[in-house]
Amino acid sequence: MRSVSIIGAGCTKFGERWDDSLRDLVVETGIMALEDANVSGDEIDGLYVGNMSGGRFVEQEHIGALISDCAGLSRLHVPSTRVEAACASGGIALRQSVLAVASGYSDVVIAAGVEKMTDVTGGVAADALAAAADREWECFFGATFPALYAMIARLHMHRYGTTREELAEVAVKNHHNGSMNPISQYQMEITVDKVLRSPLVADPLRVLDCSPITDGAAAVVLAPTDLAHKYSDAPINILAAAQASDTLALHDRRDITTLDATVSAARKAFGMARLEPEDIDLAEVHDAFTIGEIVAIEDLGFVEKGEGGRAAGEGITAIGGKIPINTSGGLKACGHPVGATGIKQAYEMVLQLRGEAGKRQVQGAEVGLAHNVGGCGGTALVHIMSR
Amino acid sequence: MSTVPRFWRHIPQRYNLVGTHCEKCDEYYYPPRTICPNCRRNAKMEDHKFDGEGTVVTFTTIYNATDDFKRQTPYNLAIIELLEGPRLTGQVICSPEVIEIGMRVKPVFRILWKEGERGIIYYGTKFVPTEGWV
Ligand SMILES: [Zn+2]
Repeated sequence: MRSVSIIGAGCTKFGERWDDSLRDLVVETGIMALEDANVSGDEIDGLYVGNMSGGRFVEQEHIGALISDCAGLSRLHVPSTRVEAACASGGIALRQSVLAVASGYSDVVIAAGVEKMTDVTGGVAADALAAAADREWECFFGATFPALYAMIARLHMHRYGTTREELAEVAVKNHHNGSMNPISQYQMEITVDKVLRSPLVADPLRVLDCSPITDGAAAVVLAPTDLAHKYSDAPINILAAAQASDTLALHDRRDITTLDATVSAARKAFGMARLEPEDIDLAEVHDAFTIGEIVAIEDLGFVEKGEGGRAAGEGITAIGGKIPINTSGGLKACGHPVGATGIKQAYEMVLQLRGEAGKRQVQGAEVGLAHNVGGCGGTALVHIMSR
Repeated sequence: MSTVPRFWRHIPQRYNLVGTHCEKCDEYYYPPRTICPNCRRNAKMEDHKFDGEGTVVTFTTIYNATDDFKRQTPYNLAIIELLEGPRLTGQVICSPEVIEIGMRVKPVFRILWKEGERGIIYYGTKFVPTEGWV
């Protein structure tokens, strides 16, 4: 197996992009990533794109061919593959790209992710997202996606004493980080009080506990580490690309307050990278809901099980804290175009590890981790990167 | 809009809480599984009808639902552990103030939701607190 590096990265502004189609977003991010990687196109020999639900959101499937076409690669007939694992579609696209390069099958591969979510009404979007859960045995009885995370939150609060305010602190921190990120959907800071007064979605979760509906796309370009310096002065090395799965339905899990898929992917990733959680300088984790970040930092080993609630309020996960989490603003503030999220996390890591993250830069960042979840834990990915 | 067979193939399971039981490892499954995750190829599965009494493991009250469930909001959704061990997701009919972790519940047969004004009406199991809880 060959070592793999990221030689270029791009990401669109996240938000409600009324003027832009899925195709526009793909083109925008593709140009950014290719320019950053200093590749013209002829070198590209593979493309993976994460997209959860083009069929429901824009009535377009066959996203693989579409994005290779939009990127101007149709005459090169580059193999282009769409992959799907709900909100982890982007993470899966990244890992598939890593495998393609590591195996020697391909040299220069683009890992992309895109979701155009605002072309449908809120109800249709909610139902499309609910398809990440078990349609026959959860949604059929009235489950929504926030409801499943709300049930994780309820049990976490009951068992570990996590408080409603501690959930809010996660959103406050991530909005603060997002306010320093030019691509972030939300640029405004919020307060605990504002979170607690936002409307209930699925008790105990409120509107400001939930990531928004977002349009956006992101792309990174991979090459073998041996060739990376041909393209980039500051390639980012991928030390581990791990993936795990678990039951589709939340009710079938061994423990409802633990995402065993995260635990498993993290164990594999730390093993591959020969690192421990203490060696990680910063992480992007899957905070589709505030409780998601609390559970993630526990399951990744950054804090003890049950201690995650206190982390944001005590500054442990702030920029400048022991382990800065979601410097981009996370899914919560930066936005969550589902298929693009896993790639956006890698994009943020590239900026941080190159020292190009501006006001939200983590000083001396050398090793970063990206954690992407599909559904409420049916799939999880952990990537570890270093400069 | 779904076709009718998509629903009727699950009628025994959803109307009567029919799941499965692996004779080999004595584990019960609801929703039913064809393959026992403990024993896989060595499993010996048989149908099992659950009586449906159970305990609330965790719950939420949903205020913002998908279009099909909008008219029912707010409603309680819970993960319920049946006496035999397996867990399922279902609605608990009671005030949001009353539902709690550890509450004992029993099944009732109800309309779950309707597809639009003239679409299919879906029936199945909901839950209510057992006597003594309300
Ligand atoms: Zn068995």
